[in-house]
Amino acid sequence: MYSILKKEKLSDKIFLMVVKAPRVAAGCLPGQFIIVKIDEEGERIPLTICDYDRNEGTVTIVFQTVGASTERMALLGEGDAFADFVGPLGQPSELCVEENLEETKQKNIVFIAGGVGTAPVYPQVKWLKEHGVKTTVIIGARTKDILFYEDEMREVATELYLATDDGSYGFHGNGCQQLQALWDEGKRFDHCVAIGPMIMMKFVCLLTKELGIPTVVSMNPIMVDGTGMCGACRLVVGDEVKFACVDGPEFDGHLVDFDQAMARAKQYKTEEGRALLKQQEGDTHHGGCGNCGGDE
Amino acid sequence: MADMMVRVPISEQDPKVRATNFEEVCLGYTEEEAVAEASRCLNCKKPMCVGGCPVSINIPAFIEQVKERNFERAYEIISESSALPAVCGRVCPQESQCEGKCIRGIKGEAVAIGKLERFVADWARENGIKPKNTSTPNGHKVAVIGSGPSGLTAAGDLAKAGYDVTVFEALHEMGGVLVYGIPEFRLPKDKVVKAEVENVKALGVKFEKNVIIGRSITIDELIEQEGFEAVFIGSGAGLPMFMHIPGEQANGVFSANEYLTRNNLMKAFKEGYDTPIARGKKVVVVGGGNVAMDAARTALRLGAEVHVVYRRSEAELPARAEEVHHAKEEGVIFDLLQNPVEILVNEEGSVRGCKVIKMELGEPDASGRRRPVEIPGSEYEIECDTVIMSLGTSPNPLISSTTAGLETNKKGCLIATEDGATTKTGVYAGGDAVTGAATVILAMGAGKTAAAAIDEYFKNK
Ligand SMILES: Cc1cc2nc3c(=O)[nH]c(=O)nc-3n(C[C@H](O)[C@H](O)[C@H](O)COP(=O)(O)OP(=O)(O)OC[C@H]3O[C@@H](n4cnc5c(N)ncnc54)[C@H](O)[C@@H]3O)c2cc1C
Ligand SMILES: Cc1cc2nc3c(=O)[nH]c(=O)nc-3n(C[C@H](O)[C@H](O)[C@H](O)COP(=O)(O)OP(=O)(O)OC[C@H]3O[C@@H](n4cnc5c(N)ncnc54)[C@H](O)[C@@H]3O)c2cc1C
Ligand code: SF4
Ligand code: SF4
Ligand code: FES
Repeated sequence: MYSILKKEKLSDKIFLMVVKAPRVAAGCLPGQFIIVKIDEEGERIPLTICDYDRNEGTVTIVFQTVGASTERMALLGEGDAFADFVGPLGQPSELCVEENLEETKQKNIVFIAGGVGTAPVYPQVKWLKEHGVKTTVIIGARTKDILFYEDEMREVATELYLATDDGSYGFHGNGCQQLQALWDEGKRFDHCVAIGPMIMMKFVCLLTKELGIPTVVSMNPIMVDGTGMCGACRLVVGDEVKFACVDGPEFDGHLVDFDQAMARAKQYKTEEGRALLKQQEGDTHHGGCGNCGGDE
Repeated sequence: MADMMVRVPISEQDPKVRATNFEEVCLGYTEEEAVAEASRCLNCKKPMCVGGCPVSINIPAFIEQVKERNFERAYEIISESSALPAVCGRVCPQESQCEGKCIRGIKGEAVAIGKLERFVADWARENGIKPKNTSTPNGHKVAVIGSGPSGLTAAGDLAKAGYDVTVFEALHEMGGVLVYGIPEFRLPKDKVVKAEVENVKALGVKFEKNVIIGRSITIDELIEQEGFEAVFIGSGAGLPMFMHIPGEQANGVFSANEYLTRNNLMKAFKEGYDTPIARGKKVVVVGGGNVAMDAARTALRLGAEVHVVYRRSEAELPARAEEVHHAKEEGVIFDLLQNPVEILVNEEGSVRGCKVIKMELGEPDASGRRRPVEIPGSEYEIECDTVIMSLGTSPNPLISSTTAGLETNKKGCLIATEDGATTKTGVYAGGDAVTGAATVILAMGAGKTAAAAIDEYFKNK
């Protein structure tokens, strides 16, 4: 069993948990993910590694409740335990491996985090700071109340920009618009990492393609095993079919077929999941972001 | 006196009933039936059957004991050669192995060796008989990667030779294909697979689940940091293949592995389990092996009309004869000599059908089977909402790509000698990871051979 040592509510639907998982903590790197299973009946839920402490043997996850399983996870608290917690899975972020460090230091990197995507961006930015790499981070959220990790991110990012769709905090607009604004001010980037809802990553990629900024995205298709055994997570990247769980989850965003990925993400979406997202997203719910599967 | 040329019939669930449930199809012999069937064995001086068994079970000897009602002794004889008899008795392709060689089979029906083996193993389990470990620990640590039949066998044999063995498994259950691939109605999970794993545990083997070698920890780290002196890799061939035809990314197209894993490992068919599965109305299964039969019969039980589309004819179906027979009885429809060329997709991105082309058989190919050739202009559409690709699997590169000095061949299979030694000293491998997708008993045989080779390696160290 994998004990939950700490639980924190970051916003209405977003929770943080610190889980005892020494084997995962020992070898994980930013960009990788884990799969958690609540109990015998639970499904295997993939979640990005948001932080880790090798000495304590702990891994931090941040999740948003969207459907039956994540709702059930949110009911657990400190002192409870997960039946299964396996990882690290997937490839580490290319930016966060020692061998590439000299090259990475030459880059002008901008991160764009959308919604719960802030969680997976954090360990990358933290790792880069620890290795002396400067970063610019844009966090986009629908509204101020669901923005989380501001203080933590401020500590590790060289420059931090906050954007809300409704203008309730920071820049009035979404992450894309914030990037465009910075660009218009004369700021230049030559590497972008975008993590968030698929629709957001898609639009970031359209913009960065125009601006000529190579862009990495972190894909979160439906998964079962996470070890390359089932093919549920397959995506079209360029002309090739890739398994996100072993070849990714990070890919060249300009090569990903987002429309197909979004269509595939709908596959098992429950009615409750869709309804909940629609309610959460309020006016900004346009469907098709791969989170709720859109309105049918 | 019963007719000695034919087998004692075995009871099975009625096809109409079993097509709607996941209970085991074959109910097994009763004691009386087993004894009667055992008495058909001629106890041959030169038993051909033994040569057909990849692990050389002393078949006449154990059958003799069944005849004498010494079931415990029969179990001991089988246990000398096989660690998973309740599994093999159920899933071995007996008609092409032990039973295929049985002398009785020349004029009449072969002795039901598999069914007798199953009877003995079930009897032992029901009577609480466990294999014993009488060895003294020798203090050497060996790591086994993967808990499929090859890993379980290697682990059991090494423990019996005194080694301190830990099995590392990526998934949350032990058993490999036995838990995620082969369905409940052919191989009950709690009753049979779990019990066999418990038997291996009883020998002193430690099991660690949720550890992915190559990600959680590498082989080199196991050796350098955790004190393992030798490693057996039994990681199987789990990577599913697709056809690379248009429409294959559509919703409703699954690999057989995904479909079966959702159902078997994640128990999607059972009330109360969270993992969803697409309960199609009309399902096309592409392929003709054991995996295809399992996917087809699973889809049928979930309520679908099921078509198996296979590009050769019935004679070439690679699945076990018993499975094909059972599938037909249950109502699976076989569309033979045809092959999909495109998956048809509706506006929502979901499967609406499958375009197939008819085939005829040409000259024999390298495998000796007649090669299917497309008949130009014969395409037609099958309406369906689900397509399950069951085209075979290859070994996952996760381990080979993260272990220095471990070489693979063109197909991604680990290169190993007859006794399982890989290109890296102290590292052995066997089962599907070496041969590509094969059978349970061949994987067990490889585990057994490698365990002996590892023992030899320590002795010469
Ligand atoms: C590599 C990876 C990393 C992820 N990291 C995070 C993270 O850090 N924080 C976070 O909040 N979420 C993350 N997700 C998404 C998270 O796994 C899903 O939100 C969750 O599985 C939804 O399950 P549910 O039963 O609550 O929702 P439901 O809507 O009830 O889901 C029904 C089914 O759809 C599948 N599913 C639905 N949405 C997704 C999705 N987006 N991705 C994968 N499967 C889905 C589930 O397997 C489930 O079977 C990640 C996904 C992947 C693949
Ligand atoms: C659906 C289906 C039906 C079949 N039916 C039959 C049948 O009727 N009769 C028959 O004889 N054969 C059948 N087979 C074939 C048979 O099951 C296999 O040949 C056999 O299981 C191979 O055994 P193995 O030990 O080599 O590998 P597997 O059984 O594949 O086990 C490998 C194990 O290793 C684990 N693993 C993989 N990578 C790692 C890693 N990096 N770290 C840790 N663990 C890892 C996997 O999760 C898995 O549990 C069938 C196969 C399938 C898929
Ligand atoms: S292990 Fe398989 S091949 Fe050997 S005797 Fe048993 S059923 Fe036959
Ligand atoms: S060949 Fe047939 S009859 Fe002869 S010993 Fe084997 S099972 Fe018995
Ligand atoms: S999740 Fe099964 S192959 Fe990626």
